Amino acid sequence: MGEALYEKSLLVLRKLLQDGDLTVSEVVQSYLTRVRTVETRVGSFIELAEEEALLQGAKTLDERRSRGEGDISHHPLYGLPVGMKDNIAVRGMRMTNASRMLEHYRSPYDATVTTRLREAEGIIMGKLNMDEFAMGSSTETSALQTTRNPWHTDYVPGGSSGGSAAAVAAGEVAFAFGTDSGGSIRQPAAYTGVVGFKPTYGRISRFGVAAFASSFDTVGFLTRDALDAAFILDIFSGFDEKDTTSLPHEPTNVYHTLKDRDPDTFLKGLRIAVPHEFMGEVISPEVKARIEEAFHVLEQAGAHIEYVHFPHMAYAEPAYYILTSAEASSNMSRFDGVRYGYRAKDVEDIETMFKKTRSEGLGWEVKRRILLGTFSLSAGHYEAFYQKAQKVRTLIHEDFARLFADYDVVLGPTTPTAAFKFGERLSDPLKMYESDLLTVIANLAGLPAISVPAGFTSAGLPVGLQIMGPMLGEEEVLGVAHAYQTLTEHHLARPTL
Amino acid sequence: MSHVTESAEKTYETVVGLEVHVELATKTKLFCRCSTTFGDEPNANTCPICLAHPGTLPQLNEEAVAYAIKAALALGCEISERTKFDRKSYFYPDLPKAYQLSQYDQPLGQNGKIEIEVDGVKKTVRIERVHLEEDAGKLLHTVGGTLVDLNRGGVPLIEIVSAPDLRSGKEARAYLEKLKAILSYTGVSDVRMEEGSLRCDANVSVRPVGETRFGTKTEIKNMNTFSGVEKAIEYEAARQVEVLKQGGWVRQETRRFDDARRVTIAMRSKERAQDYRYFPDPDLVPFTVSRAWVEEIKSSIPELPDERRARYMAQYGLSAYDAGVLTLERTLADFYESAVQAGGDPKAIANWLMVEVLGHLNKENKAITETPMRPEHLSELVKLIEEGVISGKIGKSVLPEMLESGEAPRTIIERKGLIQIQDTSALEPIIAKVIENNPQSVADYRAGKDRALGFLVGQVMKETKGKANPQRVNELLLKALRS
Ligand SMILES: [Zn+2]
Repeated sequence: MGEALYEKSLLVLRKLLQDGDLTVSEVVQSYLTRVRTVETRVGSFIELAEEEALLQGAKTLDERRSRGEGDISHHPLYGLPVGMKDNIAVRGMRMTNASRMLEHYRSPYDATVTTRLREAEGIIMGKLNMDEFAMGSSTETSALQTTRNPWHTDYVPGGSSGGSAAAVAAGEVAFAFGTDSGGSIRQPAAYTGVVGFKPTYGRISRFGVAAFASSFDTVGFLTRDALDAAFILDIFSGFDEKDTTSLPHEPTNVYHTLKDRDPDTFLKGLRIAVPHEFMGEVISPEVKARIEEAFHVLEQAGAHIEYVHFPHMAYAEPAYYILTSAEASSNMSRFDGVRYGYRAKDVEDIETMFKKTRSEGLGWEVKRRILLGTFSLSAGHYEAFYQKAQKVRTLIHEDFARLFADYDVVLGPTTPTAAFKFGERLSDPLKMYESDLLTVIANLAGLPAISVPAGFTSAGLPVGLQIMGPMLGEEEVLGVAHAYQTLTEHHLARPTL
Repeated sequence: MSHVTESAEKTYETVVGLEVHVELATKTKLFCRCSTTFGDEPNANTCPICLAHPGTLPQLNEEAVAYAIKAALALGCEISERTKFDRKSYFYPDLPKAYQLSQYDQPLGQNGKIEIEVDGVKKTVRIERVHLEEDAGKLLHTVGGTLVDLNRGGVPLIEIVSAPDLRSGKEARAYLEKLKAILSYTGVSDVRMEEGSLRCDANVSVRPVGETRFGTKTEIKNMNTFSGVEKAIEYEAARQVEVLKQGGWVRQETRRFDDARRVTIAMRSKERAQDYRYFPDPDLVPFTVSRAWVEEIKSSIPELPDERRARYMAQYGLSAYDAGVLTLERTLADFYESAVQAGGDPKAIANWLMVEVLGHLNKENKAITETPMRPEHLSELVKLIEEGVISGKIGKSVLPEMLESGEAPRTIIERKGLIQIQDTSALEPIIAKVIENNPQSVADYRAGKDRALGFLVGQVMKETKGKANPQRVNELLLKALRS
């Protein structure tokens, strides 16, 4: 069959490598060629690893294999090309967070996921573009470059993990790390027709991941299919003493549960809730149609779908923006020009240095959130904003708890519309924030959620189906996603570039 | 007891509350594994975490929590079962994250108290809270610009906040001395003032005697000597009274103490209080302090200064003052106790230790831990005097050498031949010679001038180079003169 190497799923590629049908050099070479071919149009990479070093690394792995040294089954990502969102620390590589502030900054250490990736012998292809400090929904707030939607280059790839989504969609990496604080993995996954998976908050260590909103930030992946995501989750989940917010649980074991499971048996009798609030007027007709088709597929396989209410949905978005901006305003304060990163020139005193550095080094969206967050944490406003929003967060938790008492998963569209064009929403923050409308609630409650491809609009833009599960319910979420993908082929579609 | 300032119209009293920051003596920093060693090359003890590189997260040092709990318990505090860290935000080049991790509304310890004594009057000072936080770095101003050293950044501190219960600079000083004693006894801090491991801010106000409301307070920042704190408070209270007497009002502000000029100087106006925008740190989940852990820590607290002082009075018959001086520092108290255990009169040992040993060490600016002299040697010295082997005077003369070399007193006096002459047969010829050589004095004595006896004793001592037992000489001289 004519499927190129870069179009294959991670697990297929892995099998070929394990069986010795492919060498790591061939895989890396194939991906490098693909990057060279499409990167000028896609623009995913902020930094591509040096070609020489990549090929040398691949050769070393191949030679070791041919000498029969080392058991590659101990290295689950052996020879597989991986992309890292640019807010994840990879020692010696750039970690710009797509900001002028850190344009020339290189990380002096490895994030915990990077350490585990090296142990798994994955190959780090490079650092991927994003919205500046993960604040944005289109990757347009990147101060360094533009990333385009591989399905239609007039359209945004979504954000903030837009570079990660575009790189996976365009076949530049076998999978990519992203971070999701309000939809930053799922929304770009929906816009670019790939799988975007956000586990339970705390499932994967945040150590080495630049903080946007600490109590929301969740590391996850953009992959070709749900089974890939399950396989990767098992490698990177588990407690990390360097992150006290990481959950004190053993790594998951989802992949083995899913891989041989019969989708029909699994879906039979599955209780699915669909909140009316997820399917209201703000959802575009075409998105709604694709999602209803997906429901139909699941119902055909024996799942029970019921429409329910999610009472506090209307408060989710404002609460999300108050809380994340508050945390962001504090997390951004370390960028002061003293120890690393950008420092303003020609300043006479320290106060001016701080002000000029931050004013020149940070972009508008970041500044907007710093102002919002500083305001809501200020004396006299704290109770009215920050504390009130925390109460909403508790109510959202309770809404979910009630739903999961009766249902296995909650379904709906990932986004109200498909991808939009460049510039369309950049000047209208409220319109921009609307693209997170259906994703932020999973972060407010810390729940696992996934976006899987569910077809296309008439303009040929992908639509995402979102599946949310209870706390620690990765197996349910990935299980439904995987079952859906065994019954459909939307995830096999590839853009023409 | 109140310190009262007289004025023409009103009598004022001083009201003081102290905020004391003490560095804990943990091996590593509060949120990373960097060393807390003092005096290393600038920025040698730093890592991506304490330099606040993007992506780093704090990792709580349990030893520091245990130390803070221990300190809070020793200060009589209740320990919060549930506690958390909050971010205190402000921009300053020595604060890498631009927020300090501290504890805002759930401090580790609350409602403690310590006893102080000033001029024989005892007083209880309430402690409102004890909380754990991280230290900032240090700025070095050079000709070429300002440099930042972050070795100290992230070192664990406890902040101890007293209620406004102190009424004078003297009381403040007594409070600080007691605090230092308690902390050094528990071993949670070295409490080395010269290394900045104890720093003090004082909130000072005055009010007419009888008034129950507080006057407007000023805050005197960053004092690091006890005498400085005392002087600063006395000056500041007097200044405020003067302002009020002139019909003015006290401005709420931050001031600093100029040690050389002995005045406080306004820093920045506090009228518009700085907003630190405290909020719970989302990177550190709230944690529970188990009762079992608290009990375990409690059982590790040694006998504290007050208990030890009471015991010294009861067990060794020391005066309240002497017992107080000897127990102020654990090292000194331990030295005393070891010396007493080696034998000798406890009161005499106390005297020698306080007057001679400390007098000598203070002159050289040394602590008891810095002399090679062993407690057993002090005990031996006191016993040698008790037994009449040497005189007190000889004892005083060999002590400096004991402190310098660490040699036993017997070794020194034997080497130098300083053992007292008690032997009658050795003294009698000398006495006879002195009587023969000083006929005038002998005549004076016989004429009833008692002073002449002293002179003759002195002559015998001179002949024996001070080695004669003066009491023995006295007896023998009297006998010779009467014969
Ligand atoms: Zn460190």
